[in-house]
Amino acid sequence: MSQTEDEGRARLARQFIEAIPHSRALGMVLERLEDGVAVISMAYDPRFVGDPATGVIHGGAVSALMDTAAGAAVMSHPASAAGTATIDLRIDYMRAATPGQRITARAECYHVTRSVAFVRAVAADEDGDRPVATATGAFTVERKGGAK
Amino acid sequence: MTRPRPEPVQVVKQRRDAALRRLVEGVPYISFLGIHFDRRGDELTAILPFDDKLIGNPLLPAIHGGVTAAFLEVTAIIELSWSLMWEEMEQGALDPLAVDANHLPRLPKTIDFTVDYLRSGLPRDAYARARVNRSGRRYASVHVEAWQDNRSRLFAQATGHFVMPERGGDG
Repeated sequence: MSQTEDEGRARLARQFIEAIPHSRALGMVLERLEDGVAVISMAYDPRFVGDPATGVIHGGAVSALMDTAAGAAVMSHPASAAGTATIDLRIDYMRAATPGQRITARAECYHVTRSVAFVRAVAADEDGDRPVATATGAFTVERKGGAK
Repeated sequence: MTRPRPEPVQVVKQRRDAALRRLVEGVPYISFLGIHFDRRGDELTAILPFDDKLIGNPLLPAIHGGVTAAFLEVTAIIELSWSLMWEEMEQGALDPLAVDANHLPRLPKTIDFTVDYLRSGLPRDAYARARVNRSGRRYASVHVEAWQDNRSRLFAQATGHFVMPERGGDG
């Protein structure tokens, strides 16, 4: 029973992410989703450039990727629920992403209470050993059918 | 004792508005999101017209948290860059006509950015203003507030730290 429940939850989350208009606009691809871990990637696109002098992707696009991965991680957590919203998100930018390279964010929902989910995330380009950015955030946990 | 007659106000305004427009239009991601800026003297207001591609939760619907973060970060960076340009224009060190696609000022780099989501972003236009709380030679701290229909009901706020661009000529 729990296995079909898990599969159902994963399918729901996958459909949900693919149905997000802004994630589609940024060309996000869900690479992996299970038990509170989400991996989402985004191809380099000249429309997302933030610094015309260097061709580096705007921090805001990286934020959107991290926020989506973090939200997906919350929804895929076994103790979590149907919906979530960001309460706060802090992003640290370690270095500029190399122009032309794909950016991949891995988010992990590492703790869930009755009402709050805690997430950390790392984004890297094709050089996976040197992070481009890290993030930590708190998300709401919206229970199905109201109070329990 | 004669002073050169000041230029007509319209000429000065048009030139400054053009410099701001070129600064903003030089960044592809700002155009991608559809953000533009309104200027009253040195005060800037960022405007994010609503668009379906900005939606993050189609059920509510609500603006994507990543869009909100990006909108606030764009507002902070442009405010910071503009405040540097403004200072130089006032001193006569920067000719606003010299700002074009090939001669854009170097932009500050984000160190960290913390967004506080206060309410869900409704499917309407959003506005933001940034305040530079500290602007040193190397680092700056900027606070940004965003709202929709009511200025006093913020839907998000953020604080960010930035590394300042190298400035030519000030040693």
